[in-house]
Amino acid sequence: MNVDGLARKIGERVPDVLVARGEVTAVVEREQLVETLAWLRDQPDVALDFLSSVTATHWPDVDPAFWVDYELRSFPHKHRARVKVGLSEGNAHLSSVTPLFPTAEWHERETFDFYGIVFDGHPDLTRILLPDDWEGYPLRKDESLGGVPTWFHGATMPPVDERGMA
Amino acid sequence: MGEAPEMTTAPDAAGFRDPATGELRQETMIINMGPQHPSTHGVLRLVLELDGETVIRCKPVVGYLHTGIEKNTEYRTWMQGVTYVTRADYLSPFFNELAYCLGVERLLGVEAPERATLIRILVCELNRITSHLVWLATSGLELGAVSVMLYGFREREVIMEIFEAITGLRMNHAYIRIGGVVMDLPEEGPGKIRRLLDLLPRRIDEYETLLHDNPIWRERNEGVGVLTSERALALGVTGPALRATGIGADLRKDIPYCGYESFDFDVPVRTEGDAYARYVVRLAEMRESLKIARQALERIEETPGPVMIDDPKVGWPPRLSVGPDGIGNDPEYLRHIMEESMEALIHHFKMVTQGVEVPAGEVFSAVESPRGELGYLIVSDGGHRPYRVKIRDPSFVNLQALPALIEGYLVADTVASVASLDPVLGGVDR
Repeated sequence: MNVDGLARKIGERVPDVLVARGEVTAVVEREQLVETLAWLRDQPDVALDFLSSVTATHWPDVDPAFWVDYELRSFPHKHRARVKVGLSEGNAHLSSVTPLFPTAEWHERETFDFYGIVFDGHPDLTRILLPDDWEGYPLRKDESLGGVPTWFHGATMPPVDERGMA
Repeated sequence: MGEAPEMTTAPDAAGFRDPATGELRQETMIINMGPQHPSTHGVLRLVLELDGETVIRCKPVVGYLHTGIEKNTEYRTWMQGVTYVTRADYLSPFFNELAYCLGVERLLGVEAPERATLIRILVCELNRITSHLVWLATSGLELGAVSVMLYGFREREVIMEIFEAITGLRMNHAYIRIGGVVMDLPEEGPGKIRRLLDLLPRRIDEYETLLHDNPIWRERNEGVGVLTSERALALGVTGPALRATGIGADLRKDIPYCGYESFDFDVPVRTEGDAYARYVVRLAEMRESLKIARQALERIEETPGPVMIDDPKVGWPPRLSVGPDGIGNDPEYLRHIMEESMEALIHHFKMVTQGVEVPAGEVFSAVESPRGELGYLIVSDGGHRPYRVKIRDPSFVNLQALPALIEGYLVADTVASVASLDPVLGGVDR
């Protein structure tokens, strides 16, 4: 199945399907996420049976502020697709997909670690790459970067976003 | 002969017995393996719960090598991103560069010239061999086959010298750039690579002679760390570890990039799913990589032309070559911008400080790295810097399967299982 055929097929279930640069993206509501992923996995001619990656992007000052991104791959049909869920700033939680894809466990922990997005029903939602006592969610765009202390008369190197870069 | 002494409760200084009941205590022990442990391939910590010699529970703890590569790329230009991502999985730098650049090129809607694509394939396949050689050498060492360690690093060194001749560096090359590669092969490059391609098949035979039917090697690897194909898929395992379970999934065949569909090679598959199967698959993959590298080299020699895209808004302007000091330079271009053309100087300045402007959008660009599916989710908001670069590193995901590999086996098998998964912690922690 080519990209457009795949998009049409997914479009039977998900109203909001987009094709750009040869990639299929389906945008779903938070409540529909688990059902949609299950449908995409179990529908024989879609068969997106492998979850490659879960991550998020942060867009402060707009709604939704977070887009959670699920990258799927089909081993039988050798195609890929992406499912995205938008979350607003004060309500950044959604269902864990670990019951469908056990591999999501670490991906969701990483997304929680970096963005503070809570995955309801996750078996062990703790920080994974950062220390347990870390404060804040460093990949959020509004997280301050912090400067680098130097030994030169207490001078500091300013944070990278204040150095007048391109 | 008197009667055998009656078994009595000996003074229980070690506390083996419960003081109240006198029963032997049946407790499990929790031990830490790592983060600094020679067999954890970096800084990986395993919390193991042991019942005697048997591992009953394992929890991998990662993050000790987290350097914020993804966040860093958000504050650098698109071009500088290459120098960051190449440091993620440091044993397969070219694959990181390739996946990143293919993604940015897809966002830009451009394609690298034919010759550059062939050079990319060539260096990647050689890189796959060096990566598998490090795996072979270190797992050999960990299981006591020290000679394999010496031989593995010896051959890797030959390839590293070739990398040095091509890119000027042994690791973290930043050689593959947006729109092509940063410099053409040096004059002596093809000859050196040809000699390597003649040498390596014999050397791989040697490893096989040493290991294939070696009773110790077989004893330590056969039936150890068995992973079924269903479990591998559910846990997201890719690469040789997946192909050792009977699933012949390889992105170079399944969703080809860089024209891999026009190369003649096989995807080695085994069905046992144990550490030995992973060894066999990796060794066979090195031979397949040699096949691809040979074809790529032949086609490079038939394909003249530029190695960087001819688009002033994308391509890096100088045509560098590695000098005797190992640093790439282009005196002709330097003279042009410094002495002849103000416009060229301004353009150079813009390229260095701002670099490429990438249209808004997002792509997921995946390549088959030595450890599996290496994917880059790249998001642009239309500016001069990436908005988000997410690295889907195969080591990170494969490591999740480690408890499935070692629970129920002996502690000593843990070493063999970790080694057979071949995690690179630079990629895991990014």
